[in-house]
Amino acid sequence: MARLVVMDADRCVGCQLCMFACNRRFGEGGLEKAALKVKSTGGFERGFVVVVCRACPDPPCLKVCPVDALDYRKGGGVILNVNKCIGCGRCVDACPVNAVFWDKNANKPDICVHCGYCVSYCPYDVLAMKEVEPFEVAN
Amino acid sequence: MKLPTNVLNIDLARRQYRVEDRADLFQYYIGGTGVAINLLRENCPKGADPLGPDNPIIFAVGPLVGLYPLASKTVAMFKSPLTGNLGESHAGGRSAVSIRLAGYGAIMIRGASESPLYLSIKDTGVEFKDASGIWGIVSSVTTGRVVRELETGAGTRTIMRIGGAGENLVRYAMVTTETYRHFGRLGLGAVFGSKKLKAIAICGEMGLEVESRKEYRKAYDDIYHRAVESPLMRKYHDIGTSANIMPLNLLKGLPTRNLTSVSSPDAINISGEHLAEEYLGRRVSCAHCPVACIHIAGLREPYENEPYFYKTTMIAYDYELLYSLGSMLGVFDEKGLLRLIDSVELWGLDAMSTGVVLAWATEAMEKGLITEAETLGLNLKWGDSDTYSKAVEQIVKQRNEFYANIARGVEYASKIYGGEDFALAFGGNEMPGYHTGPVTHVGFLTGARHSHLDAAGYSIDQAALKDKLPDPKEAAARLLKEEVWRQILSSLVVCFFARNIYDRDTILKTLETAGHKVAPERFDRLGLEILREKNQFKLEHGFNPNALRIPKRILEIDSPHGKVQESYLKEAVEEFYRLLASE
Repeated sequence: MARLVVMDADRCVGCQLCMFACNRRFGEGGLEKAALKVKSTGGFERGFVVVVCRACPDPPCLKVCPVDALDYRKGGGVILNVNKCIGCGRCVDACPVNAVFWDKNANKPDICVHCGYCVSYCPYDVLAMKEVEPFEVAN
Repeated sequence: MKLPTNVLNIDLARRQYRVEDRADLFQYYIGGTGVAINLLRENCPKGADPLGPDNPIIFAVGPLVGLYPLASKTVAMFKSPLTGNLGESHAGGRSAVSIRLAGYGAIMIRGASESPLYLSIKDTGVEFKDASGIWGIVSSVTTGRVVRELETGAGTRTIMRIGGAGENLVRYAMVTTETYRHFGRLGLGAVFGSKKLKAIAICGEMGLEVESRKEYRKAYDDIYHRAVESPLMRKYHDIGTSANIMPLNLLKGLPTRNLTSVSSPDAINISGEHLAEEYLGRRVSCAHCPVACIHIAGLREPYENEPYFYKTTMIAYDYELLYSLGSMLGVFDEKGLLRLIDSVELWGLDAMSTGVVLAWATEAMEKGLITEAETLGLNLKWGDSDTYSKAVEQIVKQRNEFYANIARGVEYASKIYGGEDFALAFGGNEMPGYHTGPVTHVGFLTGARHSHLDAAGYSIDQAALKDKLPDPKEAAARLLKEEVWRQILSSLVVCFFARNIYDRDTILKTLETAGHKVAPERFDRLGLEILREKNQFKLEHGFNPNALRIPKRILEIDSPHGKVQESYLKEAVEEFYRLLASE
């Protein structure tokens, strides 16, 4: 199953249209529900970091959820069951790449579902939906 | 709540703030310029000293910010310490999106602090933070780096700051945001400095409701596709605004060496095409804009006395900088020019004013009006970018009376030392890079900000080369029409580069989805009303359209339309103000 990947962060111009697109999935403006983030690497002169869920096959966010609100997604990553979530925020702390974001209004995490909506609003081919073989360590 | 109607009102003297709902203003004037001029008129008393505590700083955004692409500008309004009159400057970066998504339609800063401070603004409120340990950091880039580490919200924040020029009250000091975007013109940096305000960090990422989700997404896709497919947007992306150097040079409309000339065989060195091929290192974009018009050169230079030890400096360039610090100063060596741009950027000066001031000083030195006694030993010569960089530092430090005088602008300095005929300022604001014919100059004279962006007279001149020049009355009418329309764009806070995408119907549609229904009849009157408000402010603060000075130099040097006639300018100016009052 395809997932969202960052093809080349050096092509990123920092326009953040992907973040606004992610939020617009819910028909709203702004950034409250955006589940990815573009930030500078420490000033615009140094380019950008594109933070997206890397669809871990063994997701740490899922492992720390005390109420099993996160379930495995086929192809990697997780699916959030909003009704179960108690808004404790442990998933945010557990993600090593800081790709779990927070909806302050709903008091729930914003987690990428790898739908690819953002990809069609990236004018510079930074993002793509791709089948990714899990990386295996020999022996 | 759908519309941004909250005004965050900050008092620096008392270190207090409150939030006021000004739906009355936002519903009538939309946002941006329209709201800001009204807040300015309410809060800036007649006779206010631009560098005194009475001068408010107003930042305003609009209802399309955070909803639609290309609507990410912030309008700053204040009384200008350069002209002593209306100060208005626009910047992008992440400023507008951060302000709106922190929950504000406008931010107003009043009073002055006794000790240096910076502000940290979030949706939860304002923190007044001590900046005594940051004050005196002369580089606006370093200041940004320090505040970046002190504040949270990476990715969804703006950091506005001043460098040494703002702290030392250079009347054309700028405010920088996100390293490469600027509230450049008319001296907002000095107003920050006068309030001991070193920086403002604003972070916001809230959601925004719309009227109809389906209609919103439809209108969004329409604008998005038109933006990424438009050839004009392509132009701003590929070469950027610096694509103008070669055409203006060819037309003989590129002000060169203080407008003693209008072209140079060396212009190719500082052209957008050459810089893109040899130096372009990165393009970046404002928040929520697919265009990425910001072009950044990578300048790789060796350190002296040490083999194989290099530094690479990333320097943003745009047409106006290449004109003012390049052709205007006869600097056609692109490496020297990039270094000069970098130094102006670090100290935090407006590039256009700085270039025009130095161009005047160079000619004044040639003519013997000033000597090395005034310049503290600097021999200003066309093309000598290293000496110009040293002069920039002297303007900021103001170690003698001469530098203190030129730190007040070319209008002021030429009154003291002479050379008014070649002091290229209009309404007290230094000239932008167009000597395309009479209409551009009428625009500089009549524009509310005396800026090329008020009404883009240069494009009327250029279009008229294929046709015929409009007569003065028609020129005035066309400039007024354009300036009126731009009041709407800057109230929505749509980037002027997107003016062909946001036409009347698109605007009314997007406003409706944002929850701001405007009656078309009223919409059509609004631009003129706002421009009149601005003019009213100017009149109340001493502006006299009959006393506008026309620098002789613009009449002496051929434009692409031949000699500019003083009678043409006067007739058009008179007609402009007649129409503004009567229409």
